[in-house]
Amino acid sequence: MRNYEVTFIVDPVLSGDEIKATAQTYVDQLTSHGATIVHKDEMGLRQLAYPINKRTSGVYYCIEVQVPNGEFVEKIELAMRRDDRVMRFLCFNLNKYGVKYNEDKRAGKIGKRKPKSEAEGDSKSPKGVTKTLGKPKKSVVKNEAIKVQAKISESKSTIAPVAVADEEE
Amino acid sequence: MASRDDIKFLSNPKIGNQRKKYCRFKKYGIKYIDYKDPDFLMQFVNEQGKILPRRITGNSLKYQRKMASAIKRARHLAMLPYVTDLLK
Repeated sequence: MRNYEVTFIVDPVLSGDEIKATAQTYVDQLTSHGATIVHKDEMGLRQLAYPINKRTSGVYYCIEVQVPNGEFVEKIELAMRRDDRVMRFLCFNLNKYGVKYNEDKRAGKIGKRKPKSEAEGDSKSPKGVTKTLGKPKKSVVKNEAIKVQAKISESKSTIAPVAVADEEE
Repeated sequence: MASRDDIKFLSNPKIGNQRKKYCRFKKYGIKYIDYKDPDFLMQFVNEQGKILPRRITGNSLKYQRKMASAIKRARHLAMLPYVTDLLK
């Protein structure tokens, strides 16, 4: 059973219903190919980092599916290419660490990561730490990580080297 | 190349050797880098949006490559720019 992640950006100028309908058609196509949908994430309207098709924002959808084999990928990609409402798409296989990461993220174990690590923080299990759950072989790392967990958030990092060191947040 | 023991300095050779660089992914046991998280990825990118070299970020080769492909995916999905100014 493989896990794939399909992310695509829908044109924002369409009406809300059309956007949802577009996303729904792809969800239906996925299920018709025998994929079980693990998670559907509507990331909503976001600013794009650069204009695509002269638009500066887009509605992001991310769907995680589980399939026995990867045949559906070509068909879905072809459908997305033909569809004018989808601006960009990306389908790829998730390895086991990616699957674990997604599960942890949904369970809320990975919190917001602040740009600077190694400081006092109150958010639980920021991204830099929870990954140890998947690999219990190094308990030392885990303990260290739990200690550091309290510290990884807001302030200046000494890990981050000089070139990156001057972030405001 | 002479070994480190052979070289003698007039001043303290420890000056300038402050931070131990290490791979943060190895240290904290992070196995997967999410491309959908632009805030995290911005740490590894300079003000022009270019990927920082490994000698600056301190990553191991394996994670530098994973990180680079995560950044490239994020760029494809317009979460990070390809080229810009004053990113941070």
